[in-house]
Amino acid sequence: MMTTATPPSPAAETSPKRHMDIRIETRSRTGDEPATRPAPVIQMEDVSCWYGDFRAIRDISLDIRTNAITALIGPSGCGKSTLLRAINRMNDLVPGARLTGKVLYHGEDLYGPRVDAVEVRRRIGMVFQKPNPFPKSIYDNVAFGPRVNGVRGDMDELVESSLRRAALWDEVKDKLKQSGMALSGGQQQRLCIARAIAVEPDVILMDEPCSALDPRATLQIEELMIELKENYTIIIVTHNMQQAARASEETVFLTMGEERAGFMVEKGPTSEIFTNPKNQLTEDYVSGRFG
Amino acid sequence: MAQASMSVSPSSGAPDLRGSVGRRRSEAVIRGIFFIAASVSIVISAAIILSLIFEAATFLRLIDLDQLREIGWFPRRGLFDIGTVLMGSLIVTVIAMVIATPVGLGSAIYLSEYATPRTRRIIKPILEILAGIPSIVLGYFALTVINPRIVTQIFSGADHFNLMAAGLAVGVLIIPLIASVSEDAMRAVPRSLREASYGLGARRITTSVRVVFPAAISGIVAALILGISRAIGETMVVAIAAGGTGGSLFTLDPLGPGQTVTAAMASLATGSDQVRGASAAFPSLFFLGLLLFVITLGLNLVGDVFVRRTRQRY
Repeated sequence: MMTTATPPSPAAETSPKRHMDIRIETRSRTGDEPATRPAPVIQMEDVSCWYGDFRAIRDISLDIRTNAITALIGPSGCGKSTLLRAINRMNDLVPGARLTGKVLYHGEDLYGPRVDAVEVRRRIGMVFQKPNPFPKSIYDNVAFGPRVNGVRGDMDELVESSLRRAALWDEVKDKLKQSGMALSGGQQQRLCIARAIAVEPDVILMDEPCSALDPRATLQIEELMIELKENYTIIIVTHNMQQAARASEETVFLTMGEERAGFMVEKGPTSEIFTNPKNQLTEDYVSGRFG
Repeated sequence: MAQASMSVSPSSGAPDLRGSVGRRRSEAVIRGIFFIAASVSIVISAAIILSLIFEAATFLRLIDLDQLREIGWFPRRGLFDIGTVLMGSLIVTVIAMVIATPVGLGSAIYLSEYATPRTRRIIKPILEILAGIPSIVLGYFALTVINPRIVTQIFSGADHFNLMAAGLAVGVLIIPLIASVSEDAMRAVPRSLREASYGLGARRITTSVRVVFPAAISGIVAALILGISRAIGETMVVAIAAGGTGGSLFTLDPLGPGQTVTAAMASLATGSDQVRGASAAFPSLFFLGLLLFVITLGLNLVGDVFVRRTRQRY
């Protein structure tokens, strides 16, 4: 168990204390409800993902805090997106993808035999790297999720409240019938966030949501994320270290080993990861010496 | 000389920018050759259209216009009822599309959204084999299998030759066309749209029908219009299986024999290089040909307009 989270190669010196901490947390949550902290919404235990014979990530164990923003950082190809997509079973859509280990959502194994991936994705929403509104009206974009999930009730109200929470309502309220594709990039991405919110998930996964946006639109999205964390747990993959530092409470640093499988180097409060990382690899990365 | 013009000596003042005269000349020749190649098809098309129009005009001059509205299409007796052959074509096309649309689009959705890469590798070539079956073979298949085994089993009153069997065979013929063109259109829909849909908790069928299908609608409409064009233009199957050799009375009954525009042309031309009968029989071929051409052209234009309109909307 101890060795599972320990990478084989350069990072072998990863602080054992770190792993101890994680294990203690693991124990406390699998037993009685911890008194001090709310239970983590997502817990990963020894998660490895394969695409065919290629192992994209290895033996990752971590907890995701409720109502907080967790940033996944690390060099290109280290498996950040794979890790993120393992959480809502998006990898299932890739032929040949498989996973070992456990991903628990409120204690329920997401890869258990009786779990329907569709239900998982309804509760764990996703915002993608490139804004991908449907070629439908703004209204229909937001209403799509509730409709396919059979939500009854006042759709107009749900669309409005979702757009309001995504800080887009004022800009689009007079053109709800227009195509979502006609919006600017930043607006499109907020539309995608509104669309994700409309199905009322409790976790939102964001895969580099600002990489296609200009700095102003990026800031708007970050502000929005900080507002949203009141009600949602957000996990964001980002290449932008300032973004991780500005917007997140927790940071997970991943890198890859010699056989190209990504592994977790360390996880902690964002301020610690950026100012006082425990691992040399993390320090090299956040200080810009590597990656 | 050429070498000298390539190098610019610093002392000679203005640089020599003339380049190679020979290369420029050969470029012009090459351009001319490609232009001729492109022109050939235009010239041929123009020649065909002109001959169609010319002969069709001859036909209209030879007959009374009343002869275009008769009890049926019997060109050798001077009965040229256009409605008979148009209705025949319409019946065959409708039957063909009723079969080919659901099967073709269903296969396209399966291949594009459901099939694993391995299954697709097996199924696609089979579909292409179906597309490669000569239509004369399908014509006899309609006559010897589709009609006795299917049509007459379901409809007891069906004739030995009938439009239904021909329509079904034409439907089989255009399934691969509709399937492959609309599959291409659906596969061209960006993966990101599918992911967005799955990410919202949509199932595969919802994603296929409500996201991929509408996003590919312009290509799908194009596929259906191509299918209709192909069904209207199909000759051999209807000439063999629909009956009406030599002529047909006006009919709305798909279970009886009938004649399409194309089959009427084929049956006029068979047997000899000279079309016997009334003097207008031969030019009537060209009149039908012109009719066919106008219909197909019109369909393609309508398809174009539709495709452009849907593109603008998105």
